[in-house]
Amino acid sequence: MTRTLSRRRFMGTAAATGAVALSAPSILRAANGPIKVGTYGGFFEESFKQFIFPEFTAATGIEVNSMAVPTGETWLVQIKNAARAKTAPADVSLMAGTPRNEGAQQKLFQTLDESKLPNLSNLNDRFQDRYDDGGLYGVGALSWYITLCTNSDEIPEAPTSWAALWDEQYKDQIGVLGLASNSFLLEVTAATHFGGTDILSTKDGIQQCFDKIAEMVPNVRLWYKDEGAFQQALQDGEIPMGQYYHDVAGLAAAEGFPVVSTFPKEGGVLDSGYWIVPQYVEPLDEVHAFIDFMSTPETQALLARNVGTAPVVNAELTDLTEEELAAVGSPKDPIIPRYDIYQEHADWISDTWNRVIAG
Amino acid sequence: MQQGSSFTRSLGLIPSSVMIGIFFFVPFVLILMTSVSVPSETGDYQLGFSMEHFERFATWFYIERALFSAGLCALIALLSLLIAYPFTYMLTQFGPRSQTLWLIYILAQLSLSEVLIAFSWQILLSRTGGIANILVMVGLAEKSFAMTPSAGAVLAALVYLAVPFSVLLLYPALSRLDKSLIEASRTLGASPLRTFFTVVMPVTRPAIISSGVTIFVLTLGAIIVPQVLGKPEHWTLSVLITDQAIFNFNMPFASALAVVLLALSASVIAVVTKFSGGK
Repeated sequence: MTRTLSRRRFMGTAAATGAVALSAPSILRAANGPIKVGTYGGFFEESFKQFIFPEFTAATGIEVNSMAVPTGETWLVQIKNAARAKTAPADVSLMAGTPRNEGAQQKLFQTLDESKLPNLSNLNDRFQDRYDDGGLYGVGALSWYITLCTNSDEIPEAPTSWAALWDEQYKDQIGVLGLASNSFLLEVTAATHFGGTDILSTKDGIQQCFDKIAEMVPNVRLWYKDEGAFQQALQDGEIPMGQYYHDVAGLAAAEGFPVVSTFPKEGGVLDSGYWIVPQYVEPLDEVHAFIDFMSTPETQALLARNVGTAPVVNAELTDLTEEELAAVGSPKDPIIPRYDIYQEHADWISDTWNRVIAG
Repeated sequence: MQQGSSFTRSLGLIPSSVMIGIFFFVPFVLILMTSVSVPSETGDYQLGFSMEHFERFATWFYIERALFSAGLCALIALLSLLIAYPFTYMLTQFGPRSQTLWLIYILAQLSLSEVLIAFSWQILLSRTGGIANILVMVGLAEKSFAMTPSAGAVLAALVYLAVPFSVLLLYPALSRLDKSLIEASRTLGASPLRTFFTVVMPVTRPAIISSGVTIFVLTLGAIIVPQVLGKPEHWTLSVLITDQAIFNFNMPFASALAVVLLALSASVIAVVTKFSGGK
């Protein structure tokens, strides 16, 4: 249970690792020394150190210095501060969602050389982030799903649609993530009630989704910001249904808890981490070699088996069995978060969200 | 001679003044500057003067949050005084040895962090592992039920957090209380209860007020308890500040909210001090 807890646990880990990273003095690099790779702290970093980095070093001879980076915006701020001092806190690191968009807007990431990334072709366009001029700055690293999870003791037949969140029979029985930008409930609402996330392209459309979310508020018992706070309640059946991470739910089920993760017919929410290279990073050849290595079907299969993440390359390219694929994802079309709206309407969405969930 | 001694005294104050200057004043000025900063082209913020973040606060939602936070913390201050004051008074009647043991016990409670307290109360008030099961056992309830998240849960956990502080703040005044005052009151025929209300309480009024204000300010800064044990409508201004600072990374707005919170507690302290005779 403790394995994945810290991955997205903002309150503790993000702040703590942030502080550690800030206080660590930058070390002068010897030529051809190890590259510094940042992944989310806790279970993620441990798994990377144990299963992924040794393979990379064996394949390329390049050593890796692993470091834990916070999820969310804290890490972007550290990159930005380092850039002001003309240095970089890591050579290559994971970054997800809105911070990546913001970093790109502020041109904090280097444009990558695609000729050094032959395996980039394994990734579809969604996993290739580009500047307006077409320059590549983000490469998909790994994905995870937010699904509809239920306690099978309390709810023997798991609902098959996100619409269950609005079902009056679940009054005061649901747990969902507490922020607009990490629950992606706007996207879920759009996909469930408005035929897709296109409606979120206008402020009017977002408002319509907020009005719909207001209707489910009485069903929500817990708006959680910490995975641990909901996991316990879900396992005990205290809060028998809610949004949760597919991978952690799978681990809980494997440990014998009555937890079921369902991909609703509208799709699970697919969130992904991308590799980015901050400005002022020097060992560019090594960094490109690393990103290319991570984009191979073999490495993606290794990640799926050992870290529990969904591959960013086409599943048919990997040697993952159907069972292994089912453990990390679903063939259904996922709901893709609209990171752009959290940047464009940041204040308005956060204020409206707070108002709506406070009832 | 006298001039010299006052000079030495001022000299002795320099290190502490410098400390306060650096560790209190500088961060405050930075927060103040951030709260009026202007957005830069890249979406970042930069030095400037704009009231937009305070304007964003000036909507009913945030004002209501601020009033709720103040009301909640005032209630907590009142409840913890109601619990701590009679207890501390009784404590001072004990022998020195048991007084020391009690004080150590209470001091030990202070080492528990807000996070630990919040999560312990979450279990205590849960349906599966909580005190509701005891109610079922003694026949007071038919079926176990969850008592969290609710306003009551937030209140209970914060009072729990505040009581040890109140005891420690009240203890010096109550233990130094002149016993002859009580004896005089008793020999003049007042009942113990009457003595308590007409002699003990008025004499220790400054301690009651300073303890209440301290608890108010202390709980105003609580983040974890309202978040873990409360519903969104019980989230205090401090929770919203954390959201803005950590999750939305809107430092200017977080700073503006912090300035408002600071002004709120400063005005409460000012009002209380004014109406309590200026001590």
